[in-house]
Amino acid sequence: MSPDRIVQSALLLSLALFVVGVVGVFLRRNVITVFMCVELMLNAVNLSFVAFSRALGTLDAQVLVFFVLTVAAAEAAVGLAIIIAIHRHRDTLDLDAFNLMKW
Amino acid sequence: MELFEAILFYVFAGLSLLSAVVMVAQRNPLYSAFALLVTICSLSAIFGLLGSPFIAALQIVVYAGAIMVLFLFVLMLLRVGREEPEPGRQRVLKTVAIGLGALLLAQLGAVIAGIRPQVARGFDASTRSMARVLFSPQYVYVFEATSILIVGALVGAVVLARKEP
Repeated sequence: MSPDRIVQSALLLSLALFVVGVVGVFLRRNVITVFMCVELMLNAVNLSFVAFSRALGTLDAQVLVFFVLTVAAAEAAVGLAIIIAIHRHRDTLDLDAFNLMKW
Repeated sequence: MELFEAILFYVFAGLSLLSAVVMVAQRNPLYSAFALLVTICSLSAIFGLLGSPFIAALQIVVYAGAIMVLFLFVLMLLRVGREEPEPGRQRVLKTVAIGLGALLLAQLGAVIAGIRPQVARGFDASTRSMARVLFSPQYVYVFEATSILIVGALVGAVVLARKEP
C-alpha cells in the first residue's frame, strides 16, 4: 500500500465525514446536535488539510489546522453560551423555536 | 510495516465514519456527543498515521479535552431529552437531506477520484519544525491575533451566559 493511496483515501474519508455533517445539520432539530455536526465538518476539513500537507510536503496547511482548531474552540464557547442564554428564555432546545431574528 | 500502517489506517477510517453516522442517526444528544468523541479520537490516530504527531496531540487536547467536555457540560446542565420524531415534516426533510448529501458526495467524489496525489519524500512535521513555521514572520502576527480572538470569545461567553440581574 503506497502513501499515495493513503493520502487519496484520507481525502475520500474527509469528504464522507463532511457530507455526514451536512446531512446531520439538515436532519437534526436539537440545536446542540446541529452544533456538533458543524464541529464534525470542521474536523473533516482539518483532515483534508493534513492530507494535502502530507502530499505537498509543506507545513503551511498544518499551521492552518492550528488556526482552525483555535477558531473552533472560540466558536464552541460563544455558541454554547448563546444556546444557554436562549434556553433560559425559551426553555427549549428545538431549532424551530429559535426564530428571534425572523421578522 | 507499510501494510500494518495501511491496515491501521483503514480500521480507524471505518471507525470514524461509523461513529459519525451513529452521531447523526442518534436521537439522544448525549449519545451523539460520545459518538463524536470516538470520531475525534480515531481522526487523531489518522493524523498520526499521516505523519503529523503535533496535530494528532492537539486534536486530543483541544477537541476531546476542551470542546467535547464543554459540550457534555452544557448537555448535562440543560437536561435535554430525546428528540421526538415529527411524522410528516420529518420524512420530507430526511429525503431532501439525504438526496442533497448524495449529490454532494457524488460531485466531490468524482473530483477526488480523478486526482493522483504524488506524495513528497522526506516529510517532517515534528513539533520543532511546526514551531519554526508557526513563529516565522509569515505567521507570527496571525498567531498573536488568535490570542486576541480567544480573549474576545472568553469575555463574550461570560457576558452571554451570565444571569441577568
